[in-house]
Amino acid sequence: MTAQDKLPVLAFPPPRPRPKPKASPRANPDDLARAIDALRGALEAELKKPKPVQDPRPEPESFSPIGTPTWRASDQMKSASGSGRAGVAAGAAAPTGPELERDLLARRVVAIHLPRFAMERWQRWATRQGDASPDDLPIALAIEGTHGPVVHATNRSAELQGVHTGARVVDMRALCPDLKVEFADIGGDQRALEKLMHWCRRWCPWTAVDGTAGLVMDTTGSDHLFGGEAQMMRDIEEKLSHLGLSANLAAAPTHGAAWALSRFGGVRDICAPETLPVHMAPLPVRALRLEPDTILLLKRLGLKTIGDLAAVPRVSLARRFNTAPLPQNPLLRLDQMMGKLAEPVNAPDDPPRFAVQSTLAEPVQDPTPHLPDLCAELCKGLHSEGFGARRVTLTIYRTDGEVAHVTVATAQASRDADHLLRLFDGKLDNINPGFGFDLITLAASVAENLHTHQTRLDGGVDDGAELARLVDRLSARLGSHNIRCALPLASHMPERTEEWRSALERAPQVAHLRPERPLRLFDPPEEVRVLYAVPEGPPAQFVWRRITHRVTRFSGPERIAPEWWRDSPGTRLRDYYRVEDHFGQRFWLYRDGVMGDGRGATPRWFLHGSFA
Amino acid sequence: MQHLPPLTTKGENTPQMVLRNRNHKQEAPEATFAEVFADTVVDAAATGFICAQLAAAGKPILWIQDRLSRREAGKPYLAGLSAPLKVISVTVSKPADVLWSMEEGLRCTGLSAVLGEIWGDPPCLDFTASKRLALRAEARDLPAWLIRRAATPNLSAARMRWRISSLPSETNRYDMRAPGHPLWRAELFRARWRPPGEWVARQSATGLTLSHGLNDAPSHQHTA
Repeated sequence: MTAQDKLPVLAFPPPRPRPKPKASPRANPDDLARAIDALRGALEAELKKPKPVQDPRPEPESFSPIGTPTWRASDQMKSASGSGRAGVAAGAAAPTGPELERDLLARRVVAIHLPRFAMERWQRWATRQGDASPDDLPIALAIEGTHGPVVHATNRSAELQGVHTGARVVDMRALCPDLKVEFADIGGDQRALEKLMHWCRRWCPWTAVDGTAGLVMDTTGSDHLFGGEAQMMRDIEEKLSHLGLSANLAAAPTHGAAWALSRFGGVRDICAPETLPVHMAPLPVRALRLEPDTILLLKRLGLKTIGDLAAVPRVSLARRFNTAPLPQNPLLRLDQMMGKLAEPVNAPDDPPRFAVQSTLAEPVQDPTPHLPDLCAELCKGLHSEGFGARRVTLTIYRTDGEVAHVTVATAQASRDADHLLRLFDGKLDNINPGFGFDLITLAASVAENLHTHQTRLDGGVDDGAELARLVDRLSARLGSHNIRCALPLASHMPERTEEWRSALERAPQVAHLRPERPLRLFDPPEEVRVLYAVPEGPPAQFVWRRITHRVTRFSGPERIAPEWWRDSPGTRLRDYYRVEDHFGQRFWLYRDGVMGDGRGATPRWFLHGSFA
Repeated sequence: MQHLPPLTTKGENTPQMVLRNRNHKQEAPEATFAEVFADTVVDAAATGFICAQLAAAGKPILWIQDRLSRREAGKPYLAGLSAPLKVISVTVSKPADVLWSMEEGLRCTGLSAVLGEIWGDPPCLDFTASKRLALRAEARDLPAWLIRRAATPNLSAARMRWRISSLPSETNRYDMRAPGHPLWRAELFRARWRPPGEWVARQSATGLTLSHGLNDAPSHQHTA
């Protein structure tokens, strides 16, 4: 209502293309609705006019005292709008200056909505597994709800049959009996979305994750690199479709407007700053990123569209939603959408990457002399970021085009150059240098956060770190599968009570001690020939490794039954005996089965361990 | 070799007391490098003799076996230990790697002991190699043990050289037919700080106890 009047009046400072809510404190709703209709008609009529007449913005921009083209990205703008929550609060409290206000509408924000991200990711995974489902098979991804599984995502075929998100899976099965249900991977989806967010930095440097199925990009100043905004959005959609993702895109001056248009607008909607109120007015209030309760409240108040809401006097909205937090406050959301509240795209930093390289003037045969410098440089980079390497890869680029890698791993994140250097001892001999190589890179392919540890006050160092270094050195030389620690497991079978895993993965643990267990175990048990008085009784004498042992004392049997949930059917039980032979040596023998258990012929005897 | 009369003690002794008993000029260090010869290959007495002397501290022990030792004499079974120990098990192919791993372990302060097992008489295990281990163990004050099977006691710089075999166990109080508390025959046939001797060793609550020297001829001789 006022923007229309003011547009031609003032060329500088630039006009504020927003309705002034306080202009009509006494208007009743009918008048307001009529006024909005009139405004929309007038603005649309004005938009159809030739461009120079209706758009006075470019001229004042070029003469603006700040001297920066507001349409384009600028660091000054970034820092001004990136001042965080404090800046937003200040903007809400006091009327902002004209420069800042113009800047807020000068950004270009692209919102990407991925409506079927979880489903498409699952389908891609299934295709890669080799069991791609046909398109017409209704599929739903479920998550655990309070009353059983709940539908989290659907494919198109399921949606056509009436399966909708948020409903219980049992209800949807009744609706659609051939529904295929899989469980969703929420954490995996979020990680994939973060990866996609970093991948989207190919179009602009400021991208961020927006909710569970959306991305937001601040493309200010980067659209011309792709031939304009429309061309860039087509490019984005095409590249995403190559990844198997369907996307809805919209570009607008504010994050809120782009979000709304991507969800509720047309295909690749582009909204210029001047037409922002017009574009937003017909959208439903759901487009304001409000919580469901607030949306319900607004509907009950009869405010169905954003235009309705914008027409309500600001004072009454402010009075009603005075203390409501941002997701429940329609006034603040409306201000964000219309560019009266700053909402910068908060782009997280790129994950750091650690790699150093050394370019040699002449091809050389031996990388060893260059390694200390590379290690020191890499560790310097790791130190400055507070990271430590878990896996370090040395790559040499041979002059004849071949590439060779040597990888070492560490049990604990490390940024000790001497330690990393020692891990390569003896490993470089296996490199075939060919006619020499002229480029060496050293990269920490897996890096972890490593905080600085204080050593002990008496000057010693942490034992855990020392131990990890020892494991690293042994693993680097002897192979990680040869350095192992025992993991105690809950099992009755003696050979399964401890599982030996690589020491790079886990720290050594104390085993659960059992009396009557041998000190050393033979793997696999060795068969012995046994003389016995009765078939179910203890051995009287046995021959093992061609030596006859006469049993002088024994205890047992200790019967250990097979684990039916693991062992194959037909596995026989074992009767274990501790025996002492006439030399005084103590062994652990067992008879595999008993006579007449229906699981084979005469039971055989095995020697499984030796006692101290 | 000059035969010295073995230590005859009436009471019970720990290995430390045995070593400290003689008024030798040089004081025996707390931890050193010792070789243990197993009398027969399959006998776990040598392992039990060493494990009885390992402190059940929070620090793990490094247990290195070459493949032949592992296959012929079995792998360590932690549930059967007398005290809870953390073990890092290393399996190597060559005896030289056992020695290298033991030296690496003796360089690390995060361990409580280093235990190696070598089969036979490899040429790499010479006087120099054993002296390196002994010096490192004493410098770091970390006990190092080397179990040798099917081996001849050649030239070595090990500070103590034991020969361990099983003895018939004690009478089981609750079951006359069952084996009781294990006993070992421990023969110290070379030591740097004391004359050789022969004892009956058993595990007690405090660790290893050596009791009543065996002056007589060994009760039974057998070979594998």
